[in-house]
Amino acid sequence: MSGHMNLTLKVWRQKNINDKGQFVTYQAKDIADDMSFLEMLDVVNEDITRKGEDPIYFDHDCREGICGMCSLVINGRPHGPKYGITTCQLHMRSFHDGQTIVIEPWRAAAFPVLKDLAVDRTSFDRIQQAGGYVNINTGGVPDANTIPIPKRVADEAFESATCIGCGACVAACKNASAMLFVSAKISQFALLPQGQTERYERAQAMVDQMDAEGFGNCTNTGACEAECPKGIKLTNIARMNREYFTAKFFRQEDIHA
Amino acid sequence: MLDSKVPAGPLAEKWSKHKFDMKLVNPANKRKFTIIVVGTGLAGASAAASLAELGYNVKTFCYQDSPRRAHSIAAQGGINAAKNYQNDGDSVFRLFYDTIKGGDYRAREANVYRLAEVSVNIIDQCVAQGVPFAREYGGLLDNRSFGGAQVSRTFYARGQTGQQLLLGAYSALNRQIQKGKVKSYTRHEMLDLVKIDGEARGIITRDMVTGKIESHEGHAVLLCTGGYGNVFFLSTNAMGCNVTAAWRAHKRGAYFANPCYTQIHPTCIPVTGDHQSKLTLMSESLRNDGRVWVPKTIELAEKLRKGEIKPKDIKEDDRDYFLERKYPSFGNLVPRDVASRNAKEMVDEGRGVGKTGVAVFLDFAEAINRLGKDVVEAKYGNLFDMYYQITDENPYEQPMRIYPAVHYTMGGVWVDYNLMTTVPGLYCLGEANFSDHGANRLGASALMQGLSDGYFVIPYTVGDYLAKIGNFKPVDKNHPAFEETRKEVENKINQLLALKGSKTVDDIHKKLGHIMWEYCGMARTAEGLTKAKGLIQDLRKEFWSDACVLGENEEMNMSLEKAGRVADFLELGELMVDDALNRNESCGGHFRLESQTEEGEAKRDDENYTYVAAWEYKGDNQPEVLHKEELVFENVKLTQRSYK
Amino acid sequence: MSKSKPVLTSSLGKKLIMSLTGLFLCTFLIVHLIGNLQLFKDDAGYAFNNYAYFMTHFTPIKVVSYLLYLSIIVHAVYALILTTKNKAARPVGYNQYDGKANSAWNSRNMGILGTVLLVFIVTHMQNFWYQYKFGSTPYVEYHTELATGNQEIISLDEIPNDYIGYQSLNDGTIETVKSKDLYRQVAVAFKNPLLVGLYLLGMAALAFHLIHGFQSAFQTIGFNHKRYVGIIKWIGIWVFGILIPIAFAAMPLYFYFVK
Repeated sequence: MSGHMNLTLKVWRQKNINDKGQFVTYQAKDIADDMSFLEMLDVVNEDITRKGEDPIYFDHDCREGICGMCSLVINGRPHGPKYGITTCQLHMRSFHDGQTIVIEPWRAAAFPVLKDLAVDRTSFDRIQQAGGYVNINTGGVPDANTIPIPKRVADEAFESATCIGCGACVAACKNASAMLFVSAKISQFALLPQGQTERYERAQAMVDQMDAEGFGNCTNTGACEAECPKGIKLTNIARMNREYFTAKFFRQEDIHA
Repeated sequence: MLDSKVPAGPLAEKWSKHKFDMKLVNPANKRKFTIIVVGTGLAGASAAASLAELGYNVKTFCYQDSPRRAHSIAAQGGINAAKNYQNDGDSVFRLFYDTIKGGDYRAREANVYRLAEVSVNIIDQCVAQGVPFAREYGGLLDNRSFGGAQVSRTFYARGQTGQQLLLGAYSALNRQIQKGKVKSYTRHEMLDLVKIDGEARGIITRDMVTGKIESHEGHAVLLCTGGYGNVFFLSTNAMGCNVTAAWRAHKRGAYFANPCYTQIHPTCIPVTGDHQSKLTLMSESLRNDGRVWVPKTIELAEKLRKGEIKPKDIKEDDRDYFLERKYPSFGNLVPRDVASRNAKEMVDEGRGVGKTGVAVFLDFAEAINRLGKDVVEAKYGNLFDMYYQITDENPYEQPMRIYPAVHYTMGGVWVDYNLMTTVPGLYCLGEANFSDHGANRLGASALMQGLSDGYFVIPYTVGDYLAKIGNFKPVDKNHPAFEETRKEVENKINQLLALKGSKTVDDIHKKLGHIMWEYCGMARTAEGLTKAKGLIQDLRKEFWSDACVLGENEEMNMSLEKAGRVADFLELGELMVDDALNRNESCGGHFRLESQTEEGEAKRDDENYTYVAAWEYKGDNQPEVLHKEELVFENVKLTQRSYK
Repeated sequence: MSKSKPVLTSSLGKKLIMSLTGLFLCTFLIVHLIGNLQLFKDDAGYAFNNYAYFMTHFTPIKVVSYLLYLSIIVHAVYALILTTKNKAARPVGYNQYDGKANSAWNSRNMGILGTVLLVFIVTHMQNFWYQYKFGSTPYVEYHTELATGNQEIISLDEIPNDYIGYQSLNDGTIETVKSKDLYRQVAVAFKNPLLVGLYLLGMAALAFHLIHGFQSAFQTIGFNHKRYVGIIKWIGIWVFGILIPIAFAAMPLYFYFVK
C-alpha cells in the first residue's frame, strides 16, 4: 500500500474577525500519501473534534479545483508547493515524513480573516459588480451565430475567463495586488465582440473599485501568474492597463455630453 | 391525484399558449414584490438576474462566500441545445424525444418539450453575455456529440462549460446587484420556510459567520438549491451541497418526488481509502475514445491488484472489453446507468482492477495509436492532467482506472408545469426539482435545465402567481409565523448543540453513505432496501443520542453546519429507500434486481409504474404518504431501451 | 464615464508615472554613458572637459537635465507613495513567504535597489555635479598648435583668480582652451577605494533594478505584445542590465587601477 507519514502542522487559529490570532501546533499522524491536503486536514479535524476542541475552519467546497473556494498559504506558497493547482488538488505525496507544514490564511487588507484560515473575499465580488458583465437583459438577444468570433480570439478570451476567483494572485503578490484577477475579466470582455459596448467604461469602473477595496499595486513581479492555479497570464494585466489608459487618454473625450 | 397544470393543446404549442394565458404584472407594480431566491447556481443566478431585470426586488442566498462558487461551476462536458447548427438532423422534437427516452419515460412530456424548445434561447443568451464557447476556425460555434447522442448538439467551453455558464449568470446577477435590484446574502444558509395562510412568504436563514438567525420575507420563494447526492457521503458534489433547504420545505408541505432516482456516473476516479472526502468526475466525453475493459479472468485481475503484473502485460486476448462485447452497436457509449452497472458487475465478479479492486480500466492506447498523442492531448489533455494530479499515474502510458460515483439526482421537490411546488408561492428550479430528466438524465442536459428554468420559465410563471395574488403590500414581517418558525429553527440548533456524544458528524454521515451506496445504489432489491430502512432508522437514533456537535451558534461553526445537514440527509435517506422499495421496476438510474430481462437488462413496468411518486411529509416518525402523478405520453411511444 | 476617478489618483495612473519617468531615466543613461566614454580617451581630459562644459551650458540640454532631476524626484516620491500603499494592503504579513518560488529577487526588491540607487545618485551628484558647478575643481589650460597638433597642458590645483569661465580661443595657430578640470576631479576621486566600492555597488543595483524595471515599464504602459516582448526583455537584460552598468562600472575601475 501507499506510504504513510507523520507531520507537524503549524496552523493559524483566529476565533473571529476581531481576534488577534496565533499559530497552534498539531500533529497529523498516519497520513496516507494519496490523501489530498484537505483530506489530511479533515483527518486532523476529526481528531480535534474527538478531543472536544474546536476544529480548524477552512474554506473548501468542490474539491476538484474549480469553485475557487479553497485557499491556504502552505509553507509560504498559495495553494501549496506545486504549480497550477488549487489546495484541494494538492496531495500529500508532495510532502515527506517528519515535515513541518505552516498553514496560513490569505493575507490582505481587502481579505480580512473571518475565522482561522477562512477569509472574506467579497471584495472580489464587488469588483465584478462594478462592471464585470455585458449590459444585456434576458431575452431579445441575437442568434448565437450572428457574430463569428475568430477561434484564436475566442480561445484567448476563454483563457482569461477561466479565472476561479480564488485570490491566490493577491495572496502571492508581495503587494497584495488584485490586478491579475481584475485584468482577467476586463480582458475577456475586451477581446469578445459582445463586450465592446461598455469596454472602456468597464475598465475604469473595475479599476476604481479595485483601488477602493484597498488592494496593492502591481510591480510586475509575476508571482501571481506563477501561483495562479488556472495559469492566467500577465499579458492580461498589460491588456487591462492598455484598456484603462486608452479609456482615460483617448476615449473619454469622444463623448461631449 | 396531483395536478401538473400542464396546459391543453398540441405539445408544440403548449408553452406559447400558456405564456399568453398567464397573467402579467404591471411594470409599475413589479417593484412592489420581493422574490427570495435560495441558491445561486445556474438556476438561481439566472432566475434572480432575470427577475430583477423585469423589475422585481430579489434577495439571493448562498452558503458559499460568493454566488460564483455554486457547484454548477464544476460541470465539465457541455450544454445541449436543439440549434441544428451542424445540419445533422437535430430539432426541438428530437431533443425532446431523446430526453424523454433517455429518462426512460418517467418524465413529464410537456416540461421536457418546453426544455427542448427554450434550449436554443439559452445559447443565444449565453453568447450575448460573453460566454466563450468553443468555436470552429470559421468563427462559428462548435458542437460535439455527447453521451451517446446521435447528433452533435452539445455546446461546450473546453472541459469547463459549467464554469463559463455560471460565470455568465453570475455576471448578469452582479449587474443587478450593482443596480440595487438584487441583494445578495452570502455565507447564509436557509434553515426553514415560512408560510403564511398556507403560502410561502419567507425563509429563516443562519448567517454562517455570526450565527445570527434571520427572517427574510418575500412574496415568493424559489428553491434553486441543487441535488442531494451527498446523502451518499461520497459523490461528485461539492462538500457543502446539501438537501436542507429542500428538505425543510418538504417538511412544510412541498411534496418530494422520485427521491430514488439518482444518477451514478461511470467515469469517476476510484476511491482510495476511508479518508476519501469526495469523488472526482471525469467528463464522459472520455468514453468517445477510451475503451473500457477488465481482465478476462479473476486470476489475472488478482495479479494486477497485487502489482505482480502491469496492465500492458495483459494480452489483447486476455482482456474483456465488456461494453463492446455486450452492446455491439453502442459499445463504450452506452448510457451512464448501463455503463455504471456493468462496471459494478465486473467488480462484483472479482475482475476489478487497481489496489482496491474496485475499478475498471479506461484505455486510450488504441486512440493514441489511431489519432496520435497530440490529438488525444488536444481533446482530453486537461482531463488527463487532472487524473495524473490525483492518482499520480500517467494515462498516456497506462490505462486510467475508473469507477462509478453518485453524480446527479433526478428526483427532487415535486413541481407543476409552472415549477411551483405543492406549497403556493414556493417554486423549485434546476436539479433541486424533479421535473425534466425522468429516471435518468442525458449528458449535457443538467446545465440546459438549470438555465431554462431560470432564464426562460420562471420569469413568466412567477409573474402569473404574483398577478393572481394581486397583493402589492409588503409581506408582514411581524406576522407570528416568522417568530414561530424562527423559534423552531433555534430549538433545532440548540438540540444539535446539545449533542455531546462520541461520534463525529462525519462518522455518522459516512455510515449513512455506506448504507445508501450498498442498498440504494446501482442495483437494489426489496430485501436490501428493507434492511437499509432499519439501518438508517438505527443510525438516526445513534445520531440523536451519540453524535458530537461542538462550539456555539454565534460563531463560524463547521460542526454545527454539518450536523444540521446530516440530520436532514438521515431523513431523506429513509425516504429514498421507501421510494426505491415502492418502485418495483427497473427504470433509468433505478435498477431493481427483481425486474430485469433474461439477458440481465433493466425491465421497465409501464403498466404499473408510469407515474411520478410524490411523497408528502406527515410529521416526525410518521410514514410519508405517496401521491401519484400519472404520466401521459401522447407524443412518444414507450419502448424498452436497447443498446445492443 | 466622468464618474470615474482621475487617472493620476488611480493605482494604474501612479504606476504609469513610475513607468514613464523610469523609461526617461533609461534614455538618459545612454546619453550619459556615451558622453562619459570620453573619460577613456588618453587626452588628459581634453574631450571630456569640453563635453562637460557643453552638457552644462547648452540650453536645450539644460532643460532636459532639469526634467531629468524632476524625473528622479518624481520616480522616488511615487515609489514611496506606492510602497506605502502596498504595505497597507497587507497589514499582517506571512509567517513564511516563499517568494523565490514564484518571482525573481530583484523584482521583489525594487524599493531597496532604488534606495541604493538614490543614495548613489546623491553622492554622485555631490562628487561631480555640485563640485563642478559650485564647489572647488582643479583648473586646466590646453594650448594646441593647430599645425602640428602638439599640445601643452597647464594644470593647476585651484582655479586662478582671473578665470572668467570656460573659454575656447583660436588665434589661427594655437587653440587655447581654459576650463575647469572635471577630468582630474574624476581621476582623483576614483583613487578612493571606498568611493569606487560605492560606485560598483551603485552599478550593481542599477543592473538589477533595470533588468526588472525596463521590461516592467513596458508592461505597465500596456505594451506586452508577443512579437516584441522578447526584444524588450532582451534589451532590458543585455543593454540596461549588463552592458550599461558594466560600462559605467569600468570608469572607476579604470581610474583606480589603470590611471
